[in-house]
Amino acid sequence: MKRDKGIADRLFEFIIYSILVVMIVVTLYPLLYVLFASFSVSGEFITHKGFLWRPLGFDLGAYESVLRNSGILLGYRNTFFIVTAGVTVNLIMTALGAYVLSRKNVLWNNAIMVFIVFTMFFSGGLIPIYLIVKGVGLLDSLWSTIIPFAVSTFNLIIMRTSFMGIPDSLEESAKIDGANHATILLRIVLPLSMPVIAVMILYYAVDKWNGWFYASVFIRTRELYPLQLILREILIANSTDSLSAGADAGDRFQLGETIKYATIVVATAPILFIYPFVQRFFVKGVMIGSLKG
Amino acid sequence: MANARIEPGMARPAGDPKRTNRFARDFAINKYLYLMIIPVLVYYVVFHYAPMYGAVIAFKNYSPVKGILGSDWAGLKHFYDFFNSYYFLRILKNTILISLYTLLFEFPAPILLALLINEVRSKAFKRTAQTITYMPYFISLVVICGIITDFTNSDGVINRLFMLFGYDGQAMLQKPELFRPIYVLSEIWQRVGWESIIYIAALMSIDMEQYEAARIDGASRFKQMLYITLPGILPTIAIMLILRMGNLMNVGFEKIILLYNPVTYETADVISSFVYRKGLLEFGWSYSSAVGLFNSVINLALLITANWISRRVNNSSLW
Repeated sequence: MKRDKGIADRLFEFIIYSILVVMIVVTLYPLLYVLFASFSVSGEFITHKGFLWRPLGFDLGAYESVLRNSGILLGYRNTFFIVTAGVTVNLIMTALGAYVLSRKNVLWNNAIMVFIVFTMFFSGGLIPIYLIVKGVGLLDSLWSTIIPFAVSTFNLIIMRTSFMGIPDSLEESAKIDGANHATILLRIVLPLSMPVIAVMILYYAVDKWNGWFYASVFIRTRELYPLQLILREILIANSTDSLSAGADAGDRFQLGETIKYATIVVATAPILFIYPFVQRFFVKGVMIGSLKG
Repeated sequence: MANARIEPGMARPAGDPKRTNRFARDFAINKYLYLMIIPVLVYYVVFHYAPMYGAVIAFKNYSPVKGILGSDWAGLKHFYDFFNSYYFLRILKNTILISLYTLLFEFPAPILLALLINEVRSKAFKRTAQTITYMPYFISLVVICGIITDFTNSDGVINRLFMLFGYDGQAMLQKPELFRPIYVLSEIWQRVGWESIIYIAALMSIDMEQYEAARIDGASRFKQMLYITLPGILPTIAIMLILRMGNLMNVGFEKIILLYNPVTYETADVISSFVYRKGLLEFGWSYSSAVGLFNSVINLALLITANWISRRVNNSSLW
């Protein structure tokens, strides 16, 4: 009897680990394939069929071409601007909103909260948003990917929840010392909320780094394309319809297969490199968010 | 929600304390707070509420020259056109089917993963499994779709693999019948780890004594998982499920428009991608806004219904 159970549990354990190992391999292999392919000698790679378990030869030529490509460098520069300026705007706006809405005894706060949260559930739609962005003169500017997305309501709620958890006594004593709201926000609330600020920076930064759709709609000038739009041209433009694809099919790069993979690595490495170090902040964000649920 | 009542003695109101209107008193105390939130309010008015107003072009024949206000009214013409068009049933069917397939196959995956990870005793293995399965979530959609396109191309690695099992080797994204499987499977690949976090969090709050008791009763690990762990996260599963139901008609266009092409429209084109194409690529502003508005209203209705059910069944709701 006792022995039986031991065997059953061991079998159970074996099955658990097997499924997990399969999941890990399935998750990781496509990424490794991309990495191997990017270092391969392109002639060997093109004739190779099937799986890849190591780079075929070793050639940094693909990376050289990628890093020499002016489109990618420009894209990197534009994305860098969008991420830094965008996250700054996001943080300032979200912190302002979260601070005010986390104060107690403010008559209009409930109404403002309803006003803001409603936008999570109903939207005017893509076309009206486009018309507004056009109307305020942001079209074809990098700011079109920043200003219209200055606050994420979901993040605002997370930050507000976190601000509400700060003990009132701290602020009360500051108030008695004559501190105004700006001082309380900058000297007390923000320093005490560093974990949630970190979560916000990461959420917003990943969002900005990965964003492509609105840039593809709002930005026409090729010199202003963020990295993801350049990537789309290189990786998929020929198989999807887009605003720009047809227009300059001629001067789209004629890129070899390995260069494609090197591009993916160059564009993804920064995020995946930082990610293991900041993973716990992301997880924390999900937890704070789910508390509010 | 913060209590909006003003407690007496918080601050000295201007004028006669008894007679002062509470709005004026509140404003006197909180005027700097209101000043601080003005930029946020302006943002919401301009970029969320103005577009909602802008949606009236769905009832007009919008012309860029005349503007939103100046364009002529068209009544429900665009809605009729849409409901009577060949596309209506197609994109409605595609939206619902892609949603349902995702619900059926992608929704349970993170629950399963969380249960599996919970059974792992080795801390190092657990950490590795989590770190690796979360990773794809942070890769940009453009790159993911680039990889999908490449792997399923006629000489791509997935395509090659399937040829061993008798697949004819055509580029898989050119086949309408394969679009939905590719979409759903890649969703699982990208999201399973990330979405498991919430279940793993719920698992941690299960009372350890229950396992203790089960062990004494001689329950196997599998039985413990089935009868303690799974019921323990059932409330979380229910909430997530209801949220999903509320989003049934809400298939995002970003991934669709990166993966589809005219050959696969018949299975791939959903409401949001249709709105995008008709509006921004073919400049049917009003028609496209009508379709978008139709979708927004359905989404809102579904969400309210789902929330209502959740409140009834689960005693938990979004608002």
